[in-house]
Amino acid sequence: MNLFGFLKQRGSAPVARERLQILLAHERVALGPRDLVTILRDELLATIARHIEFDPEKLSVKMERSDSVSTLEIDVEIPCDKFVGRTQASAA
Amino acid sequence: MSKVIVVTSGKGGVGKTTSTASLGAALAQGGRRVCVVDFDVGLRNLDLVMGAERRVVFDFINVAQGDAKLSQALIRDKRIDTLHLLAASQTRDKDALTAEGVERVIGELRETFDYVLCDSPAGIERGALLAMRHADQAIVVANPEVSSVRDSDRIIGLLDSKTLRAERGEQMDKHLLLTRFDPARSNSGEMLSIDDVLEILSIPLLGVIPESREILRASNIGAPVTINATGGQAGLAYLEAARRLGGETVPVAIPDEKKTFFTRLFGRRAA
Repeated sequence: MNLFGFLKQRGSAPVARERLQILLAHERVALGPRDLVTILRDELLATIARHIEFDPEKLSVKMERSDSVSTLEIDVEIPCDKFVGRTQASAA
Repeated sequence: MSKVIVVTSGKGGVGKTTSTASLGAALAQGGRRVCVVDFDVGLRNLDLVMGAERRVVFDFINVAQGDAKLSQALIRDKRIDTLHLLAASQTRDKDALTAEGVERVIGELRETFDYVLCDSPAGIERGALLAMRHADQAIVVANPEVSSVRDSDRIIGLLDSKTLRAERGEQMDKHLLLTRFDPARSNSGEMLSIDDVLEILSIPLLGVIPESREILRASNIGAPVTINATGGQAGLAYLEAARRLGGETVPVAIPDEKKTFFTRLFGRRAA
């Protein structure tokens, strides 16, 4: 292994590490204590869903948290036939 | 002052029972009064690992329901005077353990013992939540493997929300015990490193227990590895972890790769 180690690809541990980091970042938000940003997200999405049918694939939610300020960004595509006058709206 | 410590993990088979027995025995060898408590109702095994399976007369549920006194149910270890076991019930249904019963028994144990080690069942159901409920401190047992690390993260979330301490707004003291660690595989990038797991879970490290043959031998004969430790790496790692648990500052020894003829000859690749 020492002689031929350089010929072999680095092991699978870095893959495990990256998969875990991405997964847990999501799960901590989904399962963790519900802070204000999470509550706002859920209520805003519920409100939007009451008025239009949106494609979950075309929905983008970004949440960023830091000590001083948090941001919530919801981008949702609203098809023309659902809302006359505008083609796209975003709530932030 | 008495300390209640839960040994938990979420995932099964990572070494909760082995760790409870080994740490409990190590603490008791240092002269402290220790009780190890099995919370795994219906699937008790701590008695077996401790070598006391034929001495269980009354169990946790008997005491919790008031059918037996605590003193009748406590099994004193034959090797270490200050080590005691409270076995789980094997036959009754899981709901037999009530929140009130557990609270009363833990309260009584606090009066008698310096350390009460609660061996949690796997999962995140009632039994696991009851085991962590009254804890002052938690030992999260994990293997360097994705499913174990994920479940540990979940358990850490529960420790921070479902325990009495969390409900009172106090901080739960949590430590990681990394078990079944293989330094050679970690060095070659086949296994998550200690730093990987620590960074992902972000809780302090209590100890690293190397994968070892001693562990199976210990459970085969019913004697925790820390009793009459023969100098094996796993036994030593548990002894040191117990000293840290007892408040001593002992640097964490990272288990060494076993030197084979080949690695001696050609040296080890830098980690």
